[in-house]
Amino acid sequence: MFGYYLDLALRSLKRNKVLTALMVLAIGLGIGASMTMLTVLHVMTADPIPGRSARLFYPQIDPQPLKDYKEGEEPPDQWTWADAMNLLQDGKGVRQAAMSGGQVTVIPPGGVAHAFNAHARYTTADFFAMFDLAFADGDAWNSGDGDKRARVAVITRKLADKLYGTPHATGQTLRLGKYDFRVVGVIEDWHPVPHFYDLNMGGYADPEQVYLPLETATDLKLPTVGSMSCWGDFPQDGDMTKASGCTWMQYWVELDTPAQVAAYRQYLVHYSEDQKQLGRFERAPNTRLRDVMQWLDYNHVVPGSVQLQTLLALGFLLVCLVNTVALLLVKFLRRGGELSVRRAMGASRRSVFAQLLVESALVGLAGGAIGLLLSLFGLWVVRQQPTQYAALAHLDAAMLGATFVLAVCATLLAAMFPAWRACRLVPARLLKTQ
Amino acid sequence: MLPIISALKHHKTTVVLVALEIALTCAIVTNALFLIRDRLAFMHMTTGVADNELVWVDTRSLDLGQEDGKDSRVGIVAADLAALRGLPGVESVAMANALPLGSSYSSTAVYRRSGDKSSAFDNVVEYLGSPGMVRTLGIALSEGRDFQPREYADYRMFGHDQSPPTALIVTRSFAQQMWPGEDPLGKPVYLDEHGDHVAHVVGVAGHLLNPAINKYQGIDRGMILPVRQVTDNSMYVLRVRPDARANVARAIPGALQRVDPARTIEAHVYTDTIAKYFQGDRAMVWLLLVVIACLLALTALGVVGLSSFWVQQRTRTIGIRRAIGATRHDILRYFLAENFLIVSLGVVVGSVGAVGLNLWLMNHYELHRMPLPWLPVGALVLWLLGQLAVLGPALRAAAVPPVVATRSL
Repeated sequence: MFGYYLDLALRSLKRNKVLTALMVLAIGLGIGASMTMLTVLHVMTADPIPGRSARLFYPQIDPQPLKDYKEGEEPPDQWTWADAMNLLQDGKGVRQAAMSGGQVTVIPPGGVAHAFNAHARYTTADFFAMFDLAFADGDAWNSGDGDKRARVAVITRKLADKLYGTPHATGQTLRLGKYDFRVVGVIEDWHPVPHFYDLNMGGYADPEQVYLPLETATDLKLPTVGSMSCWGDFPQDGDMTKASGCTWMQYWVELDTPAQVAAYRQYLVHYSEDQKQLGRFERAPNTRLRDVMQWLDYNHVVPGSVQLQTLLALGFLLVCLVNTVALLLVKFLRRGGELSVRRAMGASRRSVFAQLLVESALVGLAGGAIGLLLSLFGLWVVRQQPTQYAALAHLDAAMLGATFVLAVCATLLAAMFPAWRACRLVPARLLKTQ
Repeated sequence: MLPIISALKHHKTTVVLVALEIALTCAIVTNALFLIRDRLAFMHMTTGVADNELVWVDTRSLDLGQEDGKDSRVGIVAADLAALRGLPGVESVAMANALPLGSSYSSTAVYRRSGDKSSAFDNVVEYLGSPGMVRTLGIALSEGRDFQPREYADYRMFGHDQSPPTALIVTRSFAQQMWPGEDPLGKPVYLDEHGDHVAHVVGVAGHLLNPAINKYQGIDRGMILPVRQVTDNSMYVLRVRPDARANVARAIPGALQRVDPARTIEAHVYTDTIAKYFQGDRAMVWLLLVVIACLLALTALGVVGLSSFWVQQRTRTIGIRRAIGATRHDILRYFLAENFLIVSLGVVVGSVGAVGLNLWLMNHYELHRMPLPWLPVGALVLWLLGQLAVLGPALRAAAVPPVVATRSL
């Protein structure tokens, strides 16, 4: 039966090429626009660390002075050195890491003439295990290395290849400015999208090439990169570990069970109370604990304009569908005579309905194909934009499938009403007028 | 009018569908046009500096392991400035820490009263400029004067060993918000984190746009502090003959490399920096234009398809009308009027939808309220579009000869 419907549908579509082309084009345009924007949104709202994102939390506390306090105010987005170190010391999470962005001058074995600046991350030992980084060679440093201010470094495979021509760079000397570091590990290149663990670099920034123990980096006063917010004294000598009135660090903690999460929330409140008692904090405990996705949402990582564009594209699709409904209605009603003959010869309403839906599904498939081409073109245009996220806008298998599913479903939905109307025509009346 | 309405009653569903499509298009197009106007107004914000004559240089030193003291840095800056001044086409050179729409900036609180933290005036953009900065950037002072040589201080934002300058230039917005209705010249402003260093206003810049436009610092709430040398986030700014900008930008890396090779050097033509700042907005405007064009084309094609169907369906009726005396003109007018009615129905619903959509968007995104007089713009576009789209089928209808009436009977 399906083959027969298909045959009828193809004949009917061929009979009225202009109208068919119009419908296919309308659906193609709508699907193309929506899929382009949905793909961009899909890429931008992706889980940066699938499988672990629900277990990684960003705590916040409020060490700011009482005088500027506004009711309901969110605590600062970053951490002071003192608080980050206290939490690290207490170690209440399964794993935890304090960190900051930094910049180092890498002097390759080839010499000073080829020196270049690279982004670095100064962090603590748990960073690698917590974010599940794969090592191509060697391993992370341990917390003892940090305590000893050891001059050890972890670098990416890309940098290892560039500097030493091999990913097996463990034991090599890495010269950063005037200091020598020993490479202890080489990580596989990773690119979490968004750059969730430090959004100051831009939500879709590239990850760092060089990882150094936080304590070593601050000890050597290596320059930090990121945003800094101060309300109190800034240390004269630029020693950030003494900047008690400045937040400039990020802090992440891994908590595996709901009980641990609840306990950690309690701990943050207790910590704030203790610090208030000690006279360091002035405000009542004002704490937050967000997991990765909540943290991204809170920071509005997806620009409003992208959401707006997606809405616009969906609105466009809606107009395309209304247009299709109207055109299909015209097309089906015009075929009242033919349908009546089929009905009069014994076809049930149901089979006429099925026939019309098969015809619409064909239109939907063709529209999906055009839509796919248009969204490939649309994404190419997006990639030409110099925004940070542009390069990531690619159609993956899931979105490819989604394109056709969306196209066919949308068209079938649009066809329901016209097909229903066409089934309700009274065959006798139409046949009489012919 | 009445016969048209009663004829349309036979095609209720189709009429409703077309009107719905027009209403949706109207709501989206009206809002999109408004968004475009909004973006264009935003993108045409003036910077308050000589846009077409500026080139700026971002240098980052490479840490090559040599111990270099403060003295050598001062020497390098002096040599850099001399090298830049020597380039052909360069009129003047100064250092600054930020440029309007340059994205990177620092902001601070200043105080109305000495050492009184409750008198804070928050979120003021801090422009630091070395001698000649005001002139080099081409900032127009509406009142007062530029800094005098003795007013430039050794000062860095986070240096405690140095006191801030004692003179400053503020923007007009700053002055109006800080001292509404008063003459800002000579007024004291208390600087530094404790607000215990006084500086007096010597000049007012009519307009100086912020390095970034956001809800904290607004559009142009800023001040300029005179410093001998900018040390944090420093950049060189060059005033250049407009036609020499590209050449100067190309020559800069070599010239500075000769002074000190241990650094990365990036020279930018300032108009490119402005263009980069508005990149997202420009892309948005293009996207909106494309969507509007597609929507209108789609709606027009829908109208053409439908009208053609109706004309075909009514060929006999048209023939009869022609046979009993209607002119071609009457037939044409009939279809135009019919289309006008349907579009009007769509436009009325669409205008309500447009206002609703605008209100919803305002709640969810930072958009402005659409003024009501803006509504007819979308309506007008759709009326025109409808009439144009129906013209072809209507002309075909008008061409139906009266003899058709007799044929199929």
